[in-house]
Amino acid sequence: MKIVLVGHGMVGHKFLDELRQAQIPGADVTVLCEEPRTAYDRVHLSEFFTGKTAEDLSLVEPGFFENTGFVLRLNSRAAAIDRRAHTVTTQNGITLPYDKLVLATGSYPFVPPLKGSDREHCFVYRTIEDLEAMKASSAVSRKGVVVGGGLLGLECAKALCDLGLETHVVEFAPRLMAVQIDDEGSRILRSRIEALGVHVHTERSTIKITDGRRARQRMVFADGTHLETDMIVFSAGIRPRDELARQNALAVGARGGIAIDDRCRTSDPDIYAIGECAAWRDQTFGLVAPGYDMARITARQLAGDAMAAFTGADMSTKLKLMGVDVASIGDAHSKTPGCRSLCYADECKQIYKKIVVSADGTRLLGAVLVGNADEYGTLLQMALNDIALPSDPELLILPAVDGKAKPGIGPDALPDNAQICSCNSVSKGQICAAVGEGATTIGEIKACTKAGATCGGCVPLVTQIMNSEMSRLGMMVNNHLCEHLPYSRQELYHLVRIDEIKSFEDLLARHGIGLGCDICKPTAASIFASCWNDFVLKDELASLQDSNDYFLGNIQKDGTYSVVPRMPGGEVTPEGLIAVCQVAKKYALYTKITGGQRLDLFGARVEQLPAIWEELIAAGFESGHAYGKALRTVKSCVGSTWCRYGVDDSMGLAVELENRYKGLRAPHKIKFGVSGCTRECAEAQGKDVGIIATERGWNLYICGNGGMKPRHAELLASDLDKAALVRLIDRFLMLYVRTADRLQRTSTWRDTLEGGLEYLKTVLINDSLGVCDELERQMQHVVDTYQCEWKTAVTDPEVRKRFRSFVNDPRGDERIVFVEERGQIRPARRAEREPQSLPR
Amino acid sequence: MTKDSPHWTAVCKLGDILPGTGVCALVEGCHVAVFRIGDRDLYAIDNIDPRSGASVLSRGLTGNLGEHIVVASPLYKNHLDLRTGECLETPEHAVRTHRVRLRGGDVFVALG
Repeated sequence: MKIVLVGHGMVGHKFLDELRQAQIPGADVTVLCEEPRTAYDRVHLSEFFTGKTAEDLSLVEPGFFENTGFVLRLNSRAAAIDRRAHTVTTQNGITLPYDKLVLATGSYPFVPPLKGSDREHCFVYRTIEDLEAMKASSAVSRKGVVVGGGLLGLECAKALCDLGLETHVVEFAPRLMAVQIDDEGSRILRSRIEALGVHVHTERSTIKITDGRRARQRMVFADGTHLETDMIVFSAGIRPRDELARQNALAVGARGGIAIDDRCRTSDPDIYAIGECAAWRDQTFGLVAPGYDMARITARQLAGDAMAAFTGADMSTKLKLMGVDVASIGDAHSKTPGCRSLCYADECKQIYKKIVVSADGTRLLGAVLVGNADEYGTLLQMALNDIALPSDPELLILPAVDGKAKPGIGPDALPDNAQICSCNSVSKGQICAAVGEGATTIGEIKACTKAGATCGGCVPLVTQIMNSEMSRLGMMVNNHLCEHLPYSRQELYHLVRIDEIKSFEDLLARHGIGLGCDICKPTAASIFASCWNDFVLKDELASLQDSNDYFLGNIQKDGTYSVVPRMPGGEVTPEGLIAVCQVAKKYALYTKITGGQRLDLFGARVEQLPAIWEELIAAGFESGHAYGKALRTVKSCVGSTWCRYGVDDSMGLAVELENRYKGLRAPHKIKFGVSGCTRECAEAQGKDVGIIATERGWNLYICGNGGMKPRHAELLASDLDKAALVRLIDRFLMLYVRTADRLQRTSTWRDTLEGGLEYLKTVLINDSLGVCDELERQMQHVVDTYQCEWKTAVTDPEVRKRFRSFVNDPRGDERIVFVEERGQIRPARRAEREPQSLPR
Repeated sequence: MTKDSPHWTAVCKLGDILPGTGVCALVEGCHVAVFRIGDRDLYAIDNIDPRSGASVLSRGLTGNLGEHIVVASPLYKNHLDLRTGECLETPEHAVRTHRVRLRGGDVFVALG
């Protein structure tokens, strides 16, 4: 079956993904994409201005087209269809035959037909190209206006703020987000947005745009007023791209859009339409979830499932606009005859919540939440599943008093067909079935059912359902470390602290079983280190250490070790460098500079390590902890001391911070970066702790990392002086050390915290848990009890004795053989060794 | 030498091995890893890790996985059973076991 897909946006790609899963035999798929790039996440477009690149936003997994054999043509707009000949022709003149044609052409941004709307520095907000043009314009603009105060308009306003422009929103209606929320909710939303510095102008109808006097453009309104601005972005609505339907006598909806039936077929049985371009019962859908539904249904129809049908979509939505939670469910405007509403409005906290209930008071028909949308999940389930309201429904939205739990819905109250994940249409029953087949972590549930894999909003509810089903099936809801210690790392940490446990024997005796293993021993060692900070190689602790920590070096593939002296901030004197190089020459080591801005020496045999380190210590160096789950380095740029652009002394701060936190052990390695200005030469935004200097103080970013899954750090706080910066870092690191799982980087840990970055802000900045003093004290204790473990090791004869190849022979391991490459040593490969010199 | 009278080599004192850890002994040209589990339980296997070819097994973390008393190779963390020499993850990476005994505070090893 030749299938041609016209349009490769979010819904188009979803259709391809569903086709791949349907595995239709003999399917030959071609995709015609108008844009110069493959499908990307248009919903999160505004993140383009906070660090995401076009590649980050791509929805296409690497290798997708190679693995499926689907053919993709970019820059190939479908220009004409010949329904009788069953062909489609692109703008480049290429004609393709089809058995089934699927139109996923999306929408175009509506630009009001007024004079001047096509001037330079006037844009629409839809594609990556639009965003790149906006970015270029913002470099020569001071003010920006968004025309349109709806969902997309407010997203666009945030984008203008992120571009650093004085931002204005111009809306034709009397209120913002007129479709989703009511008057009161809109007022609260407006005042919160204005508090962020955005200017809102409602009831303004633009009649023309001309040259401005004090800015590039002047917008003239129907009421005679005007507004001057440099950049204008139109976000005044979208219209379906139904031109192919109109040109080919396919039925269109009353308000535009390619008309489809319940099976997503147009008036031609071989042509389907899905997503924003489609009109079902004269309704078009501007949210992605109904489009995904249509994509799924069409794929199933093509696979032969004649029962797959589209039956409309729930337009409830919860989003964060400019940091403000806004949610709308069902009949938000109280249109149902006889319905009544209950409202809670707090003008001090700027929160508004309304629920719309049926005439008899038993059913929830709709809701509006502004400023706080915590109850969204519960209210949505109640509305969709016709669940009876509690007898005092106002308790659903009133703030909890006296610590009483608010009424919610336990996962058991939900029927099996309750839709939990609306982006991917996953029901409670499907999640439970996945648990039954062995999916017992959120990651596994996401992988098999896709629940939680798109917007992530349903993850808390999915987790509840998963845990509840696991309990029902008699499975342990398990975050245990291993078979010896049935606790999570966080729980163990707590036990160690509270019971003041200082040895593994004590820990096993009180809380565990067996002999321990390579999972729990190093975990216990790490916890002991961050609580008590004893010498890691003292007798009681040495046997718990991973081999690297046991020998205080990184083991290499041949059993030799690497040596990394600490060079805080990457700064080192010529004398220091000479000393390290002399050691390298004396022991014939391989030398290399690391990404962490320090020297790495390879090829040290275990028995050579103490002598090597004695010499390094004599030259003033300490252990660089390159081998540990610990602080590694603070990467820096040279900063204001030397650099013409530097705004502050990043070099001095880097040295100070590395000296403060050296020796700290943690669930995983920790890396810092300090940049002296926004040019970011230290790449601080790719670090667990990233600091950037500004004119007003230091900005602190957290939870970034490079490596296999690069992550941008997020801004925790800005304009900090040094003392406040250090306090926050102390708290952040100690909270991470205490509560993260084994081998969990700060980024993964942050993702597991319900509330993510916002939660961290309230705990670390507002001290919502009341633990900040304690966290700072515990960190200070680690700082105060620091000792260079190599210094201690070389002066302890019992510890030095452990550094030998053979317990009964002074010689080294004769199997370690080096050969020369690029003027230095490297381990010999198996083929390069003398065969007869290998003993068994 | 017959099968019933193995050749015992003294390699070290019990106190030379920290409980829960291992050391490597050179015995008739062979690299032997000797482990002390608990206070005086001793085990001996080849020191060379078949998976990596490096002579490092004595440096691994010991413990138990279910019924198996094991060491985790420092390089790739494959587990070797100290009693049977089997590799729990990949049977082809098993090692030989050797005999080890304690006499008067001294540790003795006999190959194979």
